Amino acid sequence: MAQYAILIFDNAEAGDYTLEQQAASKRHADDLIESGAMITAYALQSADTATSLRGDVVTDGPFIDSKEVIAGVCIIEAPDLDAALELARRNPAIQWGRGGVEVRPVAGGVAPIAR
Amino acid sequence: MTTATDAGQAVADAHRREWAFVLAATVRVAQDLDLAEECVQEAYAAALSAWEGDGIPGNPAAWLTTAAKRRAMDAIRRERTFRAKLPLLAEPEEVVDEFALDELDKPDEGQVMDPEDVIPDEWLRLIFTCCHPALAQEAQLALTLRLVCGLPTPDVAWALLVSEQTMAARITRAKKKISAARIPYRVPRPAELPDRLTAVLGVLHLLFAAGHTAPSGPTLMRTDLADRALHLARTLRDLMPDEPEVRGLLALLLVTDARRATRTGAGGRLLRLEEQDHSLWDRGALAEAHELIMAGLRGGRGGRYLLQASIASLYAEAPTYEETDWTQIVALYDRLLSLWPSPVVALNRTVPVSMARGPAAALAQVEALEQDGRLSRYQYLPAIKAELLQRLGRTDEAAAAYRQALELTGNEAEREYLAGRLTGQEAGPA
Repeated sequence: MAQYAILIFDNAEAGDYTLEQQAASKRHADDLIESGAMITAYALQSADTATSLRGDVVTDGPFIDSKEVIAGVCIIEAPDLDAALELARRNPAIQWGRGGVEVRPVAGGVAPIAR
Repeated sequence: MTTATDAGQAVADAHRREWAFVLAATVRVAQDLDLAEECVQEAYAAALSAWEGDGIPGNPAAWLTTAAKRRAMDAIRRERTFRAKLPLLAEPEEVVDEFALDELDKPDEGQVMDPEDVIPDEWLRLIFTCCHPALAQEAQLALTLRLVCGLPTPDVAWALLVSEQTMAARITRAKKKISAARIPYRVPRPAELPDRLTAVLGVLHLLFAAGHTAPSGPTLMRTDLADRALHLARTLRDLMPDEPEVRGLLALLLVTDARRATRTGAGGRLLRLEEQDHSLWDRGALAEAHELIMAGLRGGRGGRYLLQASIASLYAEAPTYEETDWTQIVALYDRLLSLWPSPVVALNRTVPVSMARGPAAALAQVEALEQDGRLSRYQYLPAIKAELLQRLGRTDEAAAAYRQALELTGNEAEREYLAGRLTGQEAGPA
């Protein structure tokens, strides 16, 4: 088994997900949990709340100035890339014409002690 | 007594014919493309002296596979003493078991190696991995030439017209992605097959096209590349005989290749279809293609390659250019366009349209495609437009279109042809 990060991108100007989109995303996350593939997942506040640091310079906004910004990330477990892509393909957000997902193999990580 | 020349020849033959099979079988043991490649190269090197001393084995592929697998196994065992085993190549369904490795060690290795029933699947695993859609198409092309055809990196670079350094970096990056992202080494499941097969067929078609009309350089054809693509298509058909599009691709390559001898005339000059001597076309290849097309059409699931092959075959079957069944060709193009709405297909369709309905009707369609803009860098659009304008007697506009085509064309033989049309045309209508 290997771990993959699924980076969820969204159009920065598209606003919040609609209620239907939120419900569909929740169902997708529940399916991943139920299948045992989900390790962890986070939805992020909108990109205009981001603060970026580069050297000593602090800037308001996301690190990369682009139309699409990271809206969330989830870590899944899958035996190989085909299986990971199959799970990523089920994410309803890729069909909404406002973003998509990037699948990246995880190289390593640390789990902090639970508090 | 085998001479060094005989042994060298046998090794060269085995390299051309069996490389992919030997590599594919070795990858299963090595679980790493680089290690497998290295072991196979060593096995071929070892064969040179071994075959000179002991004679050429009855089954060279089996000899080479056993030698390469043994090297891979030794390397893995050495490695295991240093670190915990990390599977480098994802194999979801099965892992190489120790028992199989030990079997190889037994003295009577002739019995162990029965490549007949294992090998076809291994070859498919290799090509489907090289052409995985998670790899860029340029990487798919490079890996196929390097791993399935066994071409050294400088040759792959030459074939695909990039510098050796660029190609080495491209191949390294692709191999790294296969192992880091765990692109699985397996034949796709039936449900995935249509998509995955499209990628493989696309790569073979591009390789053939690159060999058939070299994008730049002095000669029109680099026959070795076309031959390799044809060989790969044939192997694929042997291993997946029931896939209509596999049949279709092989048929398309055969029909196109059957005209190889007549595509250029004296001094390498490009000859148009209507100038080519039909009697010199390879009848055997055309007949084989015809069989494949008929079998494919009977199956009723023909896709774009089968339709393209049918079109090319209709052109080839006409006793003379004038007697071509233009209406039928236009009808096939209509089916092709509905399946594959590409502007290139729409442009190619204007040629039979000009024969069936006249040059004015065709010109209107070419001009519509020109407006569309997607073909603005495509040299065949102004070339076709020029021919049509010339047939309509609009010589000034035709000359402008020929000049435009010349600006976009890198292949010397094609440039010469266009320049010739331009001068002939400027000298006044023939």
